[in-house]
Amino acid sequence: MAGHSTYVPRTAFSRWLDERLPIIRMMNDSFTTFPTPRNLNFWYTFGGILTFMLVVQIVTGIVLAMHYVPNAGLAFNSVEGRIMREVNYGWLIRYIHSNGASMFFLAVYIHMFRGLYYGSYKAPREVIWILGVFIYLLMMATAFFGYVLPWGQMSFWGATVITSLFSAIDQVVPHLGTAITQWLWGGFAVDDATLNRFFSLHYLLPFVITGVVGLHVWALHVPGNNNPLGIDVKGPQDTLPFHPYYTVKDAFYLALFVIFFAAFVFYAPNFFGNPDNYTQANPLVTPTDIVPEWYLLPFYAMLRSIPQKLIGVLVLVASLVTLLFIPWLDTSKVRSCRFRPMMKQLFWLFAADCVLLGYCGAQTVDAVRFGIPLLWLARIGTAYYLAFFWVLMPLVGWLERPKKVPDSIAKPVTGNKSAAGVKA
Amino acid sequence: MKLALAALALAFAVSGTALAQDTNSSEALPPREMSWSFDGVFGTYDQATLQRGFQVYKEVCSACHSLDLVAFHDLAAPGGPGFSEAQAKVIAAGYKIPSAPNDKGEVFDANGNRLTRSGILADHFPPPFPNEEAARTANGGALPPDLSLIVKAREGGADYVYSIVTGFGHKPPPGFQVQDGKYYNPYFAGRNISMPPPLMQGSVTFSDGTPATVDNEAKAIVTFLAWTSEPNLDERHQMGLEVMAFLLLFAGLLFLSYRAIWKDQH
Repeated sequence: MAGHSTYVPRTAFSRWLDERLPIIRMMNDSFTTFPTPRNLNFWYTFGGILTFMLVVQIVTGIVLAMHYVPNAGLAFNSVEGRIMREVNYGWLIRYIHSNGASMFFLAVYIHMFRGLYYGSYKAPREVIWILGVFIYLLMMATAFFGYVLPWGQMSFWGATVITSLFSAIDQVVPHLGTAITQWLWGGFAVDDATLNRFFSLHYLLPFVITGVVGLHVWALHVPGNNNPLGIDVKGPQDTLPFHPYYTVKDAFYLALFVIFFAAFVFYAPNFFGNPDNYTQANPLVTPTDIVPEWYLLPFYAMLRSIPQKLIGVLVLVASLVTLLFIPWLDTSKVRSCRFRPMMKQLFWLFAADCVLLGYCGAQTVDAVRFGIPLLWLARIGTAYYLAFFWVLMPLVGWLERPKKVPDSIAKPVTGNKSAAGVKA
Repeated sequence: MKLALAALALAFAVSGTALAQDTNSSEALPPREMSWSFDGVFGTYDQATLQRGFQVYKEVCSACHSLDLVAFHDLAAPGGPGFSEAQAKVIAAGYKIPSAPNDKGEVFDANGNRLTRSGILADHFPPPFPNEEAARTANGGALPPDLSLIVKAREGGADYVYSIVTGFGHKPPPGFQVQDGKYYNPYFAGRNISMPPPLMQGSVTFSDGTPATVDNEAKAIVTFLAWTSEPNLDERHQMGLEVMAFLLLFAGLLFLSYRAIWKDQH
């Protein structure tokens, strides 16, 4: 927390530097002695995992960019012919990068659901949450641009579908949407100019993400971590220094995460991919089903569930913008769902709803399961997604009678294990 | 939590039933499930099968299908068919590659034929047709796809390619219209395929004495195409074991450190 510095420079050089640029002090205060609630559980290790994934993606991405050719005529072969076959360990770097994107999103979703469950967005942590939402939006943009680069069929048609969303604006201001779309394309179709700018942006955005991550961590280190009990730290008895307690805990769970990651890289590298992307982009042949990557499927389902294009796009935008308002939509005084019996149920229903929407997004629009058209399931799912935030969250805060919140972190953690429980 | 699990279970159950399809329509049948030497964590390509598969590609498929991404030196690379470099050179020399302009700047001879040279290890397999239009003209309007990535480029992978090349000779269901110049193949989307049955009993004569049944030929070519699609599979599987062994050990050590450091704090 701010102002807790206990750093004492020990050498002449570090004393000299500390008076000029207290960077060692900052690192020491932020990542070594930083007082961290002693009851953080497994779900709190994903912040570290995400930092690791960001570095992995940037490092592998920089190497890939050394061999990749952003040209509509050459891109596919530069990936499938050169990187995958001729560059030493190019296949490894590329599979780490492509599966890394999925792992990054998996981790960010767990991180976000964790924040949602324990009320980590509530005062005084609103800015941390909002910065997190911006990181998430930047990640989606980066992933979308990156998916276009191999210039396979799904790259090309995915880019066409997503950029065409802007043409919905035509329904409000005639021709404006088309004009914007063509401006984005740099031409009259997704083509070489589009690929080049997407490559440029794909290289740029990760560094923007890095910057916002810096702000996210900075904002986190003002009030300090929330915790599974959702109560404030009362004193030093409630905290442990970040190092070695949380460095070792994060490292252990990171190692488990990397094992999971490596299983895909080495044994199922195309699990998250679409076979159509192993066919070079062809503007004359539309794939039977255009499906985005799994992490965008819930939003794709929402978009498709609305028959009217403009409203569909607005719902899609609303589903994302909503996330920014969560700190003020939640009216409860209690942070953690552990003490919120109603919210806990609705939360898990919301998690299941996201899975359902993802499932619907992966199927064809006219798919029917057990006699239920998935389109209608997606509509119900979309309604619940929006209602969860805009109706249930404010309402439940007033209606719900939360359970009694423990007095302090230290008491239940060290005193009586069963009272607080180590598990959620 | 329970709700989420129930929803997940439902999602899986639902996707499972999607496999059962109406077999009496023009919708494709699910590919036949085969077992391949390259399946699973320890899977590797069988070298002899790869060599036979190369023979099938060379003597059968290459009449219509290109293999643009594969170079002759790949034939001698580790994890591949295991030809020696000398053998790969001989194979390469058997192909005619359009040559660079000669010292007079000509690329055509006096009769207007494209000047060629013998292939070398650095060359890729030359395509059977000079361009897409020529390929379509020779194949009744259909374009034989490049085979370099075919196993990864099709839902169902190796099983799908196997099902396609062996999926001829079935009787179309009553009322099913086989289009002019096409063939009935229930594993192909729409079931009308432009490719004639590619493999016959004895299409090739395997030098290792393997009987040239359609099944043997199909298994060989599919293994070969799996390799062209994913030439680093052997190395990937091997490295995966080493990486996993290291990570498990490392995670174990971290777990012990974690427990030791937190011993007094729980």
